[in-house]
Amino acid sequence: MMKRIFAMLHARNIEFVRDRSSLAWNLVLPVLLVVGLSFAFSGENKDQYKVAVMADNLTANAQPNTALHPVLGIQYITFYGVEDKKEAIKKVSRHQVDMLLDLRRGENNYWVNSDAVNGYFMQQLLAASAGPKVTKQAVMGKKIRYVDWVVPGILGMNIMFGCLFGVGYVIVRYRKSGYLKRVSATPLSSTEFLVAQVLSRLTIVVATTMVVFAGTNFFMDFRVEGSYLDLLVVLVVGTFSLLALGLLIASRVTSEELAGGLLNMLTWPMMLLSGVWFSMEGAHPILQKIADISPLTHMLKAARGIMIDGQSLMDLYYHLGVLFVMGLVFIVLGAWMFKWTSD
Amino acid sequence: MTEILEVRDLQKHYKEVKAVNGVSFSVKEGACFGLLGPNGAGKTTTIEVMEGISKPTSGEVLYRGEPLGPRFRQQAGIQFQSTALQDFLTVSEQLKLFGSFYPQGLPYDELVEVCALKNFLNRDASKLSGGQRQRLLLAIALVNDPDIVFLDEPTTGLDPQARLNFWDLVNSIKARNKTVLLTTHYMEEAYNLCDEIVIMDHGKIIAQGSPDELLAEHFQDVIIELPQSDFNLAAAANIPYKVLEKVQPTVQIIASDVNATLAELLSKNVSLSGLQVRARTLEDLFIELTGKELRS
Repeated sequence: MMKRIFAMLHARNIEFVRDRSSLAWNLVLPVLLVVGLSFAFSGENKDQYKVAVMADNLTANAQPNTALHPVLGIQYITFYGVEDKKEAIKKVSRHQVDMLLDLRRGENNYWVNSDAVNGYFMQQLLAASAGPKVTKQAVMGKKIRYVDWVVPGILGMNIMFGCLFGVGYVIVRYRKSGYLKRVSATPLSSTEFLVAQVLSRLTIVVATTMVVFAGTNFFMDFRVEGSYLDLLVVLVVGTFSLLALGLLIASRVTSEELAGGLLNMLTWPMMLLSGVWFSMEGAHPILQKIADISPLTHMLKAARGIMIDGQSLMDLYYHLGVLFVMGLVFIVLGAWMFKWTSD
Repeated sequence: MTEILEVRDLQKHYKEVKAVNGVSFSVKEGACFGLLGPNGAGKTTTIEVMEGISKPTSGEVLYRGEPLGPRFRQQAGIQFQSTALQDFLTVSEQLKLFGSFYPQGLPYDELVEVCALKNFLNRDASKLSGGQRQRLLLAIALVNDPDIVFLDEPTTGLDPQARLNFWDLVNSIKARNKTVLLTTHYMEEAYNLCDEIVIMDHGKIIAQGSPDELLAEHFQDVIIELPQSDFNLAAAANIPYKVLEKVQPTVQIIASDVNATLAELLSKNVSLSGLQVRARTLEDLFIELTGKELRS
C-alpha cells in the first residue's frame, strides 16, 4: 500500500516540478504581491492621527464629543470610541492607534507609544489643550506595518489557490482525459490515489510557501513574534483542510469548466471575506459568520496570532481544531463521493 | 483449454438505451478472442464491464469462475481505446509508476524488449508518435505480466507499418500463452490475430466462432471481380449469379462455381483480362451480417 502511494506521490511531484511555468508562477506571484502591496501601502495613515477614546456611556466606534475634553475638538484627527481597553492598549503598542484616551470617571489616563512620532505629537496637542488633567501611561512596542499584517493573507490566498486548483482542477482534468479510468484498472485503490494526491500537494504547497516566506522575509523583514514551528503546524493543518475541500469539489465533476466555476465560486468569497486584504473587524456580523465557515479565515487568524501576537498553538486550539475537523469532514466526504469515471 | 472468463446474460442500459442486451460467451485460456461490431454495437460497453470498469445493469462476468475482484485486478492488463497518461513523465517513469502498483510483474528490461521501447525510454511520453504511444500503452498493460490482456481498438489511427508491428507484438503475447481479448474495426486484423470472434450488433451477439468456421458456415462461394469498364451490365443481364454492381471501381460476382461462371462470362463476350478471384473475407461476412448502413 505504502509503495503504491509513494509511487503516485512521486510521479505527481515530478509532474509539478517539471511544469516550469506553473512552478514559477507559484513562487513568483506571491512575492510580487507582497512586494507590490507593501510599497503601495507603505504610506498608509502617515498624515492621519487616530485616537481611541474611552468614556462613560461611549460605545465602540461612536464619535466622542468635546464636552468630554477640549482636545476632542481638534480637526483632522480621528477620534473614536472603544470599550475594550486591553485591545486598545495593544493597538497603541503596535502603532495602529496613536493614543488611547481614557476619560471615564476616576480614570483620566492616556497611553502613547514612546517610540511613535505620532504619539509624541498627540501628547503635545493634549498638553496644549485646556482640559482636565490626564496622566501619561507609556507603552512600548514595535510598529505593525501593513506588510506585517498582509503577508499571512497573501501567502494564505496563494495556498488556497494552490490547494483548490492544484488538487480540484487537476483531478477533474485527470478524470476527463481518461487517466483516472486507466489508474482504476490497476490495484491502486481510490483511497490510496487520493492520499497520494493530498500528500503530494501538501508537500509542494508547504515547500513553496516556505521558500516564498523566507524570500519575502529576507527583503521585507516582517514581524514574526511567535514560533516558526507553530507557524509550520498552522501551515500544514490549514493546507490539509483546503486540500480536502478541493478534493470534495473534484470528487465527481467531469467538466473542467464546471470545476473552474465551482472553484471560483468558493475562492472569491473566501478571498474577500477571510481577511486576506483587510480585517473583518467591524464588518457586519452576518459577514463575519459567513467568514467563519471558511477554512482560510481560521488559517489566517491562527497565522496572524503567531506572527503578530506571538501566540502559541495552545492559544490557537480553536482555529486549529476547526481546520482539522473541516479537513477531516471534507476528505471523508470526498473519498466517499469519489468516482474514477463519469459513468 | 479451460475458460478464463465467462460472460453471463450481460445487460447494460443507459436510461432508454440498451447498449448491451443479454450477451453471453466465454473466453478460453490462451486464446485470442475478438469482439467485433460496428460503431454503437455495444462492444466497448461489453469490454468495459468485462474489465470491471463499468458495472452491469444485470448479468455477471466471472474470472476463473469467480466474480471480478482483487485477483482479477492483479492478473489483468488493460489497454483502453483512449488513455491519457500523467504529463511530464518519461516512458521509463510511466512504466515504473504503473509497475509499482502491482506486487510482481514482468522484469523492466524484458518489458522494454518485448514492446520495443528502448529507443525512446527517456522521452516525454506526451511526445511519442502514434505507434510508439500504442507500444507504451501495451507495455503498461503488460507491466504486471497479466494472464489476460484487454486490447480495445489498439491499432486505430496507426499507419500500416505500425499496425503490422503491433500485430507482431500481439502474436508474441499469444506465444507467451496469454489470453488476449481484442476489439477492432479492422477485419483483417481480427482474422490474423483471433482464434475466436464474436460479432455484435444492437447490443446482441449475431455470430460467434472461429473466423474460418464462420466463413465456412456463411459462405460456400467466392468473389469474382472485374473492372467496371470491362463489364456490360446489359449484356450480362442474364448471368445466373448475384452481381454486386455498386462496388466501385469493380463489379463483383458472387459465384459458387468459378469455372461455370467464367464460361458464362466468356459466352457473353465479357473481357476477363482484369479478372480477380478471391475467397470471402471476414469483412464480407461483417458487412453481410451488419449491413452497409452507416452507423453513428
